[in-house]
Amino acid sequence: MYSDKVMDHFSNPRNVGDLDNPDGVGQVGNPVCGDIMRMAIAVKDGVITDIKFKTFGCGAAIATSSMVTELARGKTLQEALELSNKAVAEALGGLPPVKMHCSNLAADALHLAIKDYLERNAGAADGAGIDPASIKVEDDDHHHDADTAE
Amino acid sequence: MRRVYLDHAATTPVRPEVFEAMIPYLTERFGNPSSIHSFGREARMELDRARERTAALIGAQPEEIVFTGGGSEADNHAIRGAAMTALGKRNHIITSAIEHHAVLDTVNSLKALGFDVTVLPVNGYGLVDPADVRASMTDRTFMVSIMHANNEVGTVQPIREIAAIAHERGALMHTDAVQSVGHLDIDVNELGVDLLSMAAHKFYGPKGVGALYIRKGVRISPLITGGGQERKRRAGTENTAGIVGMGVAAELAMAELDLERARETALRDRLIAGLLSTIPHTMLNGHPTMRLPNNVNISYMYVEGESLLLNLDMAGIAASSGSACTSGSLEPSHVLMAMGISHEVAHGSVRMSIGRGTTEEDVDYVLGVMPRIVEKLRSMSPTYDKKGECCIKDLCANPQDCMRAGGASAPNAPASVSASMGQAMR
Repeated sequence: MYSDKVMDHFSNPRNVGDLDNPDGVGQVGNPVCGDIMRMAIAVKDGVITDIKFKTFGCGAAIATSSMVTELARGKTLQEALELSNKAVAEALGGLPPVKMHCSNLAADALHLAIKDYLERNAGAADGAGIDPASIKVEDDDHHHDADTAE
Repeated sequence: MRRVYLDHAATTPVRPEVFEAMIPYLTERFGNPSSIHSFGREARMELDRARERTAALIGAQPEEIVFTGGGSEADNHAIRGAAMTALGKRNHIITSAIEHHAVLDTVNSLKALGFDVTVLPVNGYGLVDPADVRASMTDRTFMVSIMHANNEVGTVQPIREIAAIAHERGALMHTDAVQSVGHLDIDVNELGVDLLSMAAHKFYGPKGVGALYIRKGVRISPLITGGGQERKRRAGTENTAGIVGMGVAAELAMAELDLERARETALRDRLIAGLLSTIPHTMLNGHPTMRLPNNVNISYMYVEGESLLLNLDMAGIAASSGSACTSGSLEPSHVLMAMGISHEVAHGSVRMSIGRGTTEEDVDYVLGVMPRIVEKLRSMSPTYDKKGECCIKDLCANPQDCMRAGGASAPNAPASVSASMGQAMR
């Protein structure tokens, strides 16, 4: 049911772990839904220089988390914010339809980490003028609506 | 790579003896059992033998066996057939929250026809309380349908007691015994059931064939109408080869039942004890002793079931999970939910079901592989940290059930077992 690329990222996930002194941390999901993703980023001069994840969840949840760390590393904050959940899924060669909503939240976790960084560093020059309040991810409730959202 | 099949509750391989017996009825003895010529008669003769063998496995008379297209059809036939017969006389049916969907969805579909439905709760082990059955009975109750053994957690219900209660008020007793037939000693007279569902592929027979036991004197409407096959109880030309296979599988299961049950129980307990003792933060789901001999269902805290299954599969081990992610739905297993197990614990459940081919070496292989898999996934789980502090207690729906502190207690479970699980959990 999963592509080879998904299975590769699932069995050999990239960038698992925590950062010692992260500049921003974002978490999405909850244990009731069966998926929790946490992203930690290091930022220098407006660029994501390091990124680590920890994820509780199914194969798709782990693979998308791993993929988003690969995609985000070295990107500017603005570029990273433009990375969508859909783009992450596409980079993995697609996900089974039922997984598109329930386990494809890794970009949201990344965006929340960036938001956390911007809030901690209000007015910093490398914030590129992004208003942290403008960064929004879908409410977790959409987990339960995924069937109808298909 | 070593391959270990631990999903016998999903389906079993057809035994070579069964397959051999089936072949002639797909080829040269292809006759229609309803035909009067010699081709038909030789098929009819073997069909009758299969009926005798299948009946013997559950202590029934041959004429009480109606062959069906599987366990789900048998469940549908029992429930819809009894409901149609009760129409205008009785309009209430009692079932439990942990039934297979073949029962649960069929019972619920009767609501649209004006039937009242009572779905009984279960305790932390997945047991139905016979007192709840009695309290729900009315003079309008036409059927009580409670499964014999649960397919996910293996808990075996006190069917004999429940059947007696159903009969006090003149209701029929149906049990879905798809998981237990061929694995536990079953005598329909001892259980006191009026209707019992079974499926050949759960005891090394072919898929697509099952049977409904209908006690002599019990009248229920047919589900499939047409020709007069199966004494007008199930129309359609018989699946001769499948039925012959079921009969041989039943005979073999009966002959080997005691030995195989003892062997599987020993393997089951070795697997349960090994997993619980080598992997911290684990919990056995279902009853420790009132349990199918082949069922192992354990929750691994802080990891998710599908991830466990994928890793097991990469190690050649086939199992299944009650996690939402493996069911294609977003809700975890309705059985674990009904047992009061929290979402986060249910998501980490894995069922391993032992079978005839399972060896001690297989069990030990699993015991060698599983701790590493769980540890690998926990090391990347944000809900787990080795210092022992729970990271999700703020998010947790049931923080009081948190397994982290070692103070494990299954909700609704009797105190004695909570204590033993606490010990087993480390």
